[in-house]
Amino acid sequence: MLQTLLPILIFAALAVGAAGAVRRIRLWRQGRRTPMRWHRLALMPKRYLNDLHHVVARDKAIAHTHVATAGGFVAAMALALVVHGFGWRNPILGGLLLAASLCMFLGALAVNRRRIDPPPKLSKGPWQRLSKSLIAYSVGMFLVSLPLVGVAPTVLGGGVLAIVLAAVLVWGLLEMVVGMGWGGPMKHAFAGTFHLAFHRRPERFDDNHPDASPKKTHDVHRGSRSTALFPLDLTAKTLGVEKPADFQWEQLLGFDACVQCGRCQNVCPAYAAGQPLNPKKLIQDMVVGMAGGSDAGYAGSGHPQQAGGIEVGKPGFGNHRGGPTDAIVPQLVEAQTLWACTTCRACVEECPMMIEHVDAIVDMRRFITLERGETPEKGAAAIDNLIATDNPGGLDNASRLDWAADLELPRIQDRPEGVDVLLWLGDGAFDMRNQRTLRSLVKILRTGGVDFAVLGEEERDSGDVARRLGDEATFQRLAERNIATLSRYRFARIVTADPHSFHVLGREYGAFGGDYVVKHHSTFIAELFDGGRISVTAPTQAETVTYHDPCYLGRYNGEFAAPRQVLAALGLEVAEMERSGYRSRCCGGGGGAALSDVPGRARIPDMRMEDVRETGATTVAVACPQCTAMLEGVVEPRPRIRDLAEMVADALVEPTAATNATSAPSQSREEEPA
Amino acid sequence: MPQPDPQAAAGTPHDVKTAVLVSSGRHPVSGRAGRAREDARAVEMGLSLVGADLSLVHAGDPEQASLRESLEGYLGMYHGLDGGRPGDERDGQLSLLPLRAGEDAVPLLAAWLERSGVRLALTGQRAECGEGSGMVGYLLAERLGWAIATGVAAIERCDAESVTVLQALPQGQRRRLEIRLPCLIAVDAVAEAPRQSAFGPARRGRIETVDDLLPADESRLDTGSAGWQWQPARARPKRLKVVKSTNARDRFKAAAAKSSASGGQVLTDLSPEEAAEKLIDYLRAEKILAQDDQ
Repeated sequence: MLQTLLPILIFAALAVGAAGAVRRIRLWRQGRRTPMRWHRLALMPKRYLNDLHHVVARDKAIAHTHVATAGGFVAAMALALVVHGFGWRNPILGGLLLAASLCMFLGALAVNRRRIDPPPKLSKGPWQRLSKSLIAYSVGMFLVSLPLVGVAPTVLGGGVLAIVLAAVLVWGLLEMVVGMGWGGPMKHAFAGTFHLAFHRRPERFDDNHPDASPKKTHDVHRGSRSTALFPLDLTAKTLGVEKPADFQWEQLLGFDACVQCGRCQNVCPAYAAGQPLNPKKLIQDMVVGMAGGSDAGYAGSGHPQQAGGIEVGKPGFGNHRGGPTDAIVPQLVEAQTLWACTTCRACVEECPMMIEHVDAIVDMRRFITLERGETPEKGAAAIDNLIATDNPGGLDNASRLDWAADLELPRIQDRPEGVDVLLWLGDGAFDMRNQRTLRSLVKILRTGGVDFAVLGEEERDSGDVARRLGDEATFQRLAERNIATLSRYRFARIVTADPHSFHVLGREYGAFGGDYVVKHHSTFIAELFDGGRISVTAPTQAETVTYHDPCYLGRYNGEFAAPRQVLAALGLEVAEMERSGYRSRCCGGGGGAALSDVPGRARIPDMRMEDVRETGATTVAVACPQCTAMLEGVVEPRPRIRDLAEMVADALVEPTAATNATSAPSQSREEEPA
Repeated sequence: MPQPDPQAAAGTPHDVKTAVLVSSGRHPVSGRAGRAREDARAVEMGLSLVGADLSLVHAGDPEQASLRESLEGYLGMYHGLDGGRPGDERDGQLSLLPLRAGEDAVPLLAAWLERSGVRLALTGQRAECGEGSGMVGYLLAERLGWAIATGVAAIERCDAESVTVLQALPQGQRRRLEIRLPCLIAVDAVAEAPRQSAFGPARRGRIETVDDLLPADESRLDTGSAGWQWQPARARPKRLKVVKSTNARDRFKAAAAKSSASGGQVLTDLSPEEAAEKLIDYLRAEKILAQDDQ
């Protein structure tokens, strides 16, 4: 009986699943169309087996579980199609099918063990069911395939047992094949396949990209850090994303690929601080919007402070509704959720499905700012100031060099022949705390005999804050003006102490015609050490320090080594925080979050300071004016916060005598060849 | 600001054609053109009163490079109206009255207000650049025979016949005024802060040039200013009133006090002639009017 039933079941499941898949594809294609590049489908296997697997493999147990389950399933399904579907009942193929089913069964057992008491990051509901369905499929497939190798042929031939077996197999096929097309948990495999192929940032998968990390170990970022925001066409009919259909179709496809593993939820600083943002829920909200309906079916942690709360399973979902052509804010996602994001990219870094949360959030912020004019109050004031005065504080741009009145900084305007280094000050130049860092950096540059100059009042804000707040118009205006200014002067490279300027100038101005060699001061100081151009005294007393990686230096631009190299050159022992390197936790000051200041249960910098305290460090080395400001806002007593430049400047050995050092700037000016 | 109750009034604010006279602002730090702060508050007041029915008007030199930028700043405020759904919103519209060198804005604006049937005109108290005399409102009201109220902090109610406003007085005091329409209202800096100017609505807003209001003859010329002497403004020193008191409260009150009227007399129940006589006497006593002035 099963012999005749099996092909019917398999082909029926495939047909129904395919119908669902077509419907799903239609849902994705509601988004804005881009030219189809079919050849990218060929890239999928490498992206799946290599790039995706390496992110999954940051958790070894899960990686092994997934390989066994997914690999077993794909093999079992393919073989079942041949053996049971087309009836080529070859004992060798049958043996392989048994092996694949067994492999899948072992994986499914591991999945089930994890699901006994699932960690809060995991979604329940259909995902709890999936673990059982995996067992049903693998066991069912194993048992119906036993006769192929001559084992237990008679027992399974008919009767009640056969009906039970058929039912189990139907359950498995419904979940694994039909559910894949019709939006069950297995949808992730189907959507993920296409998402990996048509990803909006193909550079992320390009191992040979110039920025790709040379190390190819398991847990490092493999392709390029494609982190620049996409420019917005300011002549488009509506600006930004108002409704799900305004996303590019690849983005919708990406949302649909989410496996609700909750890794993003675990690393999100806003979520940890109890601000109303859970990246996982946000992506599911986007799926709800794309497909239409309410979030009642969501079975994971919600946005803190909102319906559902942060406790799993608490009733309350279902109040947020959406549709592909309905406005997202506020019916589906509340504006506070979008403004809570610090754009730290921890979620993107951690997502095994390579979903781009930050792009989506900024797209929606663009609509709120550019079309609705509802940027949170202080953010709106900062934008107005940027428009009127070129800096977010509304200060006179001519006062940008006031802190350096006694330093006689060389101006690039006086150096038509060009300089080696253009020192980009950033808006930290207006902040008294950061001015100490800048003075230290100037001291280092002078001691190292670096030929440098500054733009002075011709420098404008890089546009970072405006862009993250969604004001692409102001960003592009600032970018164009800065690029026009920079094009008038000659310099070999730009050095800045501000990772935000570093990122924007280095990565985002390229789209507007500004291509520069930009170095963060930590990288540059490390080079000065390497070149033997500066030397430092050994520390007088042993001190434990730790280093806080700024998001825009580390995750955005992959510079983790240079700051640690500098600390090593200073002879300091670095006690690493648990969350460091690519897993560093944001200070809470990025992406305009310090301006939108969404209330939460805790403050993000306080949580970060807890991380610092756990290392026992008495000093935390920082490399970003924003991180400095946020961490110094933590109440005392707390570890000292010192910029790398300050630490180096304090330990510097002056070249020979004090007289030599003071005359250094004028000398270097004369030595410069014409 | 309390929303006017449409049921209680004889007609809603939407029946009253409302316009805001806007000027090109000058940022106090950078000197860059943009929204003038008080005018932006006037636009905010108008938008919360009649929504997208509000029309804007500016008389100025259309050739000036930064003009469009500052006018778009006002047009960018046309959002969040009519229930906040962008699909329902109409774009802002601004009438630009071209003004050549040596021409006076007042006759043009008066002609425009008359032609477009405006009955409630809002504006800031004084422009941030140009002459910035703060006189335009008074001159317009005189020319049109309208009432004028200055230093207005909020509009409480508006119907087809009259408008009730709160006028800002020193030290946070407010005076309620009932004004018959048509009238001109100069908005104070303490009025509701203007909403953000958004790029999308600013880009979509229309600027319509109206150049057939008046014949291009002598009547448009600003004859008054022809004979003026121009010199850069000097910052006037602020008179310090040192209050010697050991009491912190007194010192604080003295520091926070604006010059408030003291002495004087309140005259009521006078005939217009008697009132005018009293005023003229007062102005003569203060040497504002010369003895032989009529």
